[in-house]
Amino acid sequence: MAEMAREPVDPHAPPQLTFGRKLADGWNRFLDSDVFYSFKRSPLIIGAFVVTVILLLGAFLAPWVAPHDTMDLASLNLMDAFRPPVWEAGGDARFLLGTDDQGRDVLSGIMFGMQASLIIGFASVVLAAAFGTVLGLFSGYVGGRVDSVIMRIADIQLTFPAILIALLVDGIVGSVLPRQTAEELTYPVLIVAIASSLWVNFARTVRGSTLVEKSREYVQAAKVIGIHPVLIMVRHVLPNVMGPVLVIATLSLALAILTEATLSFLGVGIPSSEPSLGTLIRIGQEYLFSGEWWMTIFPGVALVVLVLAVNLLGDWLRDALNPKLR
Amino acid sequence: MSDSSQRPLLEVRDLRVEFPTRRGTLVAVDTISFDIHEGEVLGVVGESGAGKSLTGSAVIGLLEPPGRIAGGEIRLNGRRIDNLAYREMRRVRGREIGMVFQDPLTSLNPLYTVGRQLVETIQTHTDLSEEQARKRAIDLLAEVGIPAPERRVDQYPHQFSGGMRQRVVIALALCVNPKLVIADEPTTALDVSIQAQIIKLLKKLCSEHGAAVMLITHDMGVIAETADRVAVMYAGRIAEVGPVKDVVQNAKHPYTHGLMGSIPMIGHDTEKLTQIEGSMPRLTEIPSGCAFNPRCPHAFDRCRVERPELLRVEQSRVACWLFDQGARRAAE
Amino acid sequence: MSQAAPQPAETRHEMLMRQTAEGMPLLRVEGLARYFDVSSPWLNRVLQNEPRAILKAVDGVSFEIPRGKTFSLVGESGCGKSTVARLVVGLYKPTYGHVEFEGVDMATLKTRKQQAPVRRRFQMIFQDPYASLNPRWRVADIIAEPIRAHGLMSDEAQIRRRVGELLEQVRLSPRDGEKFPHEFSGGQRQRISIARALASNPEFLVCDEPTSALDVSVQAQILNLMKELQTELGLTYLFISHDLAVVYHISDYVGVMYLGRLVEWGEARRVFFNPQHPYTRMLLDAIPDLEMTGRARTPVAGEVPSPISPPSGCHFHPRCPFANERCKAEMPESLGLAAGGEVRCHAVEEGRLPPPGDTGAVQAARARRDEAGA
Repeated sequence: MAEMAREPVDPHAPPQLTFGRKLADGWNRFLDSDVFYSFKRSPLIIGAFVVTVILLLGAFLAPWVAPHDTMDLASLNLMDAFRPPVWEAGGDARFLLGTDDQGRDVLSGIMFGMQASLIIGFASVVLAAAFGTVLGLFSGYVGGRVDSVIMRIADIQLTFPAILIALLVDGIVGSVLPRQTAEELTYPVLIVAIASSLWVNFARTVRGSTLVEKSREYVQAAKVIGIHPVLIMVRHVLPNVMGPVLVIATLSLALAILTEATLSFLGVGIPSSEPSLGTLIRIGQEYLFSGEWWMTIFPGVALVVLVLAVNLLGDWLRDALNPKLR
Repeated sequence: MSDSSQRPLLEVRDLRVEFPTRRGTLVAVDTISFDIHEGEVLGVVGESGAGKSLTGSAVIGLLEPPGRIAGGEIRLNGRRIDNLAYREMRRVRGREIGMVFQDPLTSLNPLYTVGRQLVETIQTHTDLSEEQARKRAIDLLAEVGIPAPERRVDQYPHQFSGGMRQRVVIALALCVNPKLVIADEPTTALDVSIQAQIIKLLKKLCSEHGAAVMLITHDMGVIAETADRVAVMYAGRIAEVGPVKDVVQNAKHPYTHGLMGSIPMIGHDTEKLTQIEGSMPRLTEIPSGCAFNPRCPHAFDRCRVERPELLRVEQSRVACWLFDQGARRAAE
Repeated sequence: MSQAAPQPAETRHEMLMRQTAEGMPLLRVEGLARYFDVSSPWLNRVLQNEPRAILKAVDGVSFEIPRGKTFSLVGESGCGKSTVARLVVGLYKPTYGHVEFEGVDMATLKTRKQQAPVRRRFQMIFQDPYASLNPRWRVADIIAEPIRAHGLMSDEAQIRRRVGELLEQVRLSPRDGEKFPHEFSGGQRQRISIARALASNPEFLVCDEPTSALDVSVQAQILNLMKELQTELGLTYLFISHDLAVVYHISDYVGVMYLGRLVEWGEARRVFFNPQHPYTRMLLDAIPDLEMTGRARTPVAGEVPSPISPPSGCHFHPRCPFANERCKAEMPESLGLAAGGEVRCHAVEEGRLPPPGDTGAVQAARARRDEAGA
């Protein structure tokens, strides 16, 4: 084998591509693609992209860049409670966006809270995408009864609002498992709860695209060659239905973050001892009318900006990947 | 054919159609000129990407943006129509130019009955009453050979077969007696046995209504059966234009010649068809000089640098330097 | 040329000669039928009181293809010719009848493992060069797929060399292997399809309208290539097309289909110069006349009826100028012809058809043939 590598290049064989060249090639093709072109041309999308990146960095680097560690009870001082933002009378330079009822820094709270929201958001979208894509692919490719059963389940699922399903899953886990275990499983339960309200979108879209791709001649060609159906699904159909999956994933991320915030706001999500955008807003809204508006407004604004930016990116991606709208 | 002293019905001069794209401006139709005389059938033939359909769209003012007319002029009965406002152009389109498209399904509105679409078109362009227009619609359907038109007039497009639908589209194009009908691949979507019927019908009706036809197609057989004159397009330019018999049986331009040879024919026993090497250049990489020169077996230096103009050869005009008499004499 | 290139042509040719001598057709299709259930969903049927709708796409088709020859199926849309192609390669299972490849009934090969060695020996070329190649794969991987799938080669360098050879065989450059399908024109893509089909050294190619999506000058290139490959590799073709002139050019045998039935088949020249079935005659008459002899053509009235509810008896009777009561009631059986081939027509059986050749197309074609012969 080692000798093979040193063999002079056969002029009759197509050159083999090294991994590095493939990568560089792929990058160049991306730079030359219509998607990147439409990205470059839209200041709004560049803006949304920059905002998203800043928010992501702020959230995931929170332990290092946040001004305070809100989880560290020792650092809290009740004397600092209810401080307004810096620019208001009574503001403190240490607390840029003010503090909450416990004296926790609102800015740091938002950063840690967003981290929790994003982790749950990402994880539930990945779970929903994986589950939905597999079911959709299977449903579309196999067809017949399998298809009917899966799609009827999806239809039934769609008749429930996402929040209701998430509440249901959360409620069942809470009542079945002992309190201790349930608390330890907060994150996984939340992720499964949100994912179970999101998978239908993936399944339906993937099924639709699969039906289209399945009837195309390159899939038939693979069948004639004698490729195993599972391999056809994975190697031929799947790569060609990933475009819409990417779009739905982006749009679902915004939805997942909102659902998490809603659940936490309703008090069934993340316990109030831990920050998430939802719990921050919930805690803050109790003080909204007593004048301490910053406690709920800033996490709220952060949530709106994050969801808006992600949604804009998703919308743009959908249009950029859809040749009909171009 | 009409006498040449008369002004042609349609004059196209130096028409240029461009598509601005992010990789630069593509010239899809590159400075072409042609005429259509009253009552004449001009075939415009070419392979995909030759610009034949775009030429048709430019004439009726239906270029899909971002495509646009970047130069030249189009005159109908001596009046410029390429720079008309949208409303005026719409009037011209309905009243003076009729259209028949390739896919009869998409050129009819599936939500309205055939009769309603005909009546609507007739009433837009004439002062006939509802009742008169309906009667005219039924007459038209009968004329295009649709059986039981009184009953069919109230049916929806999906209740018609492909061939019948194309007949309806022809009725729609002819309902206000236009001077010119532009037919873009009218038979391509149809079965062979239906194609013959539709060609015959189109030809008969246009001569009865005194309409000239611009017949756009890739099918030389259809051209041979229908057209009086043919313009052969290649890479957005006219390669050869002349009487149909000359072009089909005695092609001058090397491209037309190769094209004709590459069509298999029943009774011709050849192991190998004449083949033109390569394929039509993409619009982004049209070669300098004659666009056909890289594929041309007779190309010489001049073809690579200088774009040939249409030179008169017998009854035809041919864009090929092989026919430049002056240069040839000098070479001899 | 590289010395290392294997030379299967010689031995293969010998093998083919031997098998031809044994006289077995490569492909035999017997009473092939495929019905599709095109009824509306169950609930709609019950609510609207609709009967089940069965589409007989292919109904009792039998023919055989000798080794190294080209058999073409022609017909208008909805005649079932593409369904036959898909039945032959196993994309559909037949409702009735069977497909025999070298005397082996394909239905007896139950498992994927049993089918694999036979599958390797026939491949298919599709109509739409824009849909038949996976847009996300490199050309080299597309062509290598059958090699890898059948485990014909395991060494990557060897596979690459083979892919290069295949690309050269279809007159492309080995360097084209690293490109993606969208970088090629329609004709070039069809060459790539052919290269993929040839990758597993098949003997039999099913070609479903391989040139209908192409321009005439490109069509000529592909037809020439297919003919060259046939002589080089001793291939057998089942060729599906609606274009009679293309079929005349490429075929040894021709079958004419109408609404799921094979109404006439025989040696190509016999079918074109001495057509029996009225539908065959009509099709020939409908070909536009490039010679411009000015002959009067009589386009046959009417259109292909819906295949879901075809006419009784002989499906062609509503359009046939020679139809009588028997044609409306009774389905004609296949009738062997003295000139070779078979025809399904009561009028031929009863001898009440005018002799062929009254039609302008046949006259013109014969004139051309005689002229060429003289």
